[in-house]
This record gives sequence, C-alpha cells and structure tokens, in this order.
Amino acid sequence: MRHQLLALLARQPAYGYELKQGLEQTFGAAYPQPNIGQIYVTLSRLEKSGLIRGTEVTQEGRPDKKVYEITEKGTEELAGWFEAPTEGPRVRDEFFMKLILAEGTDLADQLTLINNQRRHCLNTMRGLNKLAATERGNRTSLLLIEGAVLHLQADLDWLERCQEELT
Amino acid sequence: MTGAEPTPPLLAAHALVRSHLSGSTLIPAVRGISLRIDRGEFVAVTGPSGAGKSTLLHLLGGLLRPDEGELRLDGRRVDRLREAAWARLRRRHYGIVFQSGNLLSDFSVADNIELTALLAGMSGRTARERRQELLEDLALAHKATAGPGELSGGERQRVALARALVNRPQLLLADEPTGNLDSRSTRDVLALLSRYHQQGTTIVLVTHDARAASTADRVVSLFDGRIADDARVEEPPDAWSSANGVRDVIDFGG
Ligand SMILES: Nc1ncnc2c1ncn2[C@@H]1O[C@H](COP(=O)(O)OP(=O)(O)OP(=O)(O)O)[C@@H](O)[C@H]1O
Ligand SMILES: [Mg+2]
Repeated sequence: MRHQLLALLARQPAYGYELKQGLEQTFGAAYPQPNIGQIYVTLSRLEKSGLIRGTEVTQEGRPDKKVYEITEKGTEELAGWFEAPTEGPRVRDEFFMKLILAEGTDLADQLTLINNQRRHCLNTMRGLNKLAATERGNRTSLLLIEGAVLHLQADLDWLERCQEELT
Repeated sequence: MTGAEPTPPLLAAHALVRSHLSGSTLIPAVRGISLRIDRGEFVAVTGPSGAGKSTLLHLLGGLLRPDEGELRLDGRRVDRLREAAWARLRRRHYGIVFQSGNLLSDFSVADNIELTALLAGMSGRTARERRQELLEDLALAHKATAGPGELSGGERQRVALARALVNRPQLLLADEPTGNLDSRSTRDVLALLSRYHQQGTTIVLVTHDARAASTADRVVSLFDGRIADDARVEEPPDAWSSANGVRDVIDFGG
C-alpha cells in the first residue's frame, strides 16, 4: 500500500481519511479496501522513513489531526517505482497499480508506462527464445519455457487492451 | 542523392498518411508515420487489430500510394512511381508475404515457388534448387505436388513465405507470416527468418506474436495509425543461461 498512498499524496497533501476515500474512488470494488487503521500504520511508517511529512492541524473542540505531504525523498521513491519495469509473480497487479495511479501525478504518463512494460516483456521474450535454443532436446525445460512464453504473450495482449482503453 | 547523407537508409518514410474509402466514408488507417529502416535491420511491427500495420506494409511495398508524405528507397523518391515501375522494383528487390497468403490457385506448391523465381529471371536449375531448399526448410516437401486448395492455413502461409524468399530479396515485407502456425512451425519460420537476416536480408515483419516480435532487433508499435513506440530489443543478460536453472531464470524474468 506504500506506493498507492505516496501516489495519492503526490497529487496533493491529504488527511488519512481523505486517502482512504481516494483509494476507494480510484480502485472502487476492483481491489479490497484497506481499513483506516491499516492506512494510519502505513502512514506512520512512511513518515518514519522520511518519505512523507505529517503536520498537526489544530481543530477547535476536536482532537488535532495530521495532514500529510510527500517529501522530496518520497517523490524520488515514487518516481523510481514508476520507472522500473514490473516483474515477479504479481506483475499484473502491480503494473495495474502504476497505470491507474500515474494519472494525476506528474511523475509518469500511462503511455510511457505501457511502452516500458512492453519493452521489458519483449526483452524477456528474447531471453526465453535464447534459453529455448540452448535447451533444445530437454523436454522438461522446453515445456517450462513454453509456459512462460504463453504468459508473456498474455501480458502483452493485456497491455494492448490497457492502451486501447486508457490512452 | 543528397550530399548530407552519404549512405541513405534502405527505406525512409516521412509523414506517410493514408485513408481507405469504405462506402462513402474515409477511414484513416495511417495518420503520419515516419520511419527509417537501414540495410540489414530486422524490424517487427506490432499493434492491435486495425492499427494500420497492413496498410503501412502496403505503403512500404508500393502496393498502396500514400495520400500524403514521402517514401524513399535507397535515397530515391518512389512514392510517385507508376505501377509498372513499382512492379519492376518489387521483382528486383522485394519479397512480400501478404496477410492472406497470396498463392496462384491453379499451380502446385512447387510451381508456386518456382514460377516466382523464373519470373524474376533465375535460371531453371537454380530456381529448382532454391525451391527444394525452401520446401525442406519449411517442412513442406511432402506437399510439393499439392494445390493451394489442399493446404491448411498454416501451410499456405509457409508457401507464401517460400515464394517471397525464393529470389533472395534485399527486403522482405511479411504480414503475419506466423499467424496461423502452431508452436513448432512458428519456430521453424522464425529460424528461417533469422537465417536470412544473418545473411543480410532486411526484414519488416508485421506480427501479433510476441515470440516473433522479439526475434527482431527492433519493435515498432503502432497504435491508431501512429507510432506509439519504437525500441530495440535487448539481448538478455548473462544471468539468462540454463546454467542457472531454467526455473530460476524464468522466475527472475517474471
Ligand atoms: N481496403 C480497405 N477498405 C476500407 N477500409 C480498410 C481497408 N483496409 C483497411 N481498412 C481499415 O483501415 C484500418 C487499418 O487497417 P489495417 O488493415 O492496416 O490494420 P492492421 O493493423 O493490419 O489490422 P490486423 O491486425 O487486423 O490485420 C482499419 O480501420 C481497417 O478497417
Ligand atoms: Mg493486417
């Protein structure tokens, strides 16, 4: 959730409950929504790492509350997240987060994200081609590679769909 | 010849625009594409259905004329040439595989390939040799005497590819040549393309298949009649070796 919160704060400073609303508006029913407790825990960790800064705001007749803003270090962290190609077992989820959260920040645009991810998939595919050539004759390896090839193809087809819908 | 550019690219497209007339409406298919392809490059063109890939390929091969823009072949302006001149250019320099797998329906597989070579002025003997070699490379030898009507979609495509390659063209334009192929035939076709590329053929390959696209050195992504991205495909890092265990490498790559 760290990057989601950072991305929302990159748009504008916000209170904890506003971030909760922001996540709900951005992802709707597509993702399970964190409760407010989880959000405050994450915020305090982000603050400890210097990625965001909280300022107490005094309110009459009510307890003080904190407004959070992203720091320079936080912006750098977020820009790095956007820039790095996404990989690993949750590649689609994480890439999708980037794609959706990029809107409204000045740190990344959706077409660039899609292009970078496509490049990454194609380079990986190139690696699989090469691997398949060296493993010729090894049926077990080849089947494993074939599975990875089909996954990548699905990822690329899905990127195309994202491009059609979002850009 | 311009003095500024000593070796012009094999193909240089500048701001190409082309629409298709459908009934009474004009459908924009290519909306301003500039592209430079150097001799010896292997370029894949990808993009969703309707993005303009086939239209672009037809423009590059002179099978369609641009509404606007310029096309140069070897530095020479060709977008205004007449059909006869284009036909000559294509015979001499191009091999073209159409998305539909263009074959002569009244001739056998072998004759389809051989006739193309003879028409380009190859001797009978060389044409026969080249035909045989390609039939074997593409696992089609057993279909040599069959007619196009007796072929599967994938077989037709491979024959169309053989026809396009039999003259050893400088430039191969291929539209989805692996579109109907199973995994093994795809691998055969890609291996053949790589071999021709290594021998110097310049290739422009339109494809939806990521494996095919990543065989190229450069991938141009079309979207809505424009270029959305144009990138080199990078060689995998050394970590990508089976010495590290195939399973681990694949994990590493996602
Ligand atoms: N002969 C034609 N007459 C009318 N419209 C056409 C014609 N050829 C193509 N089009 C239209 O032009 C656009 C681009 O078509 P094109 O065939 O270049 O796409 P493509 O990228 O090759 O698609 P696919 O992946 O489906 O082959 C599409 O909207 C298509 O409907
Ligand atoms: Mg097409």
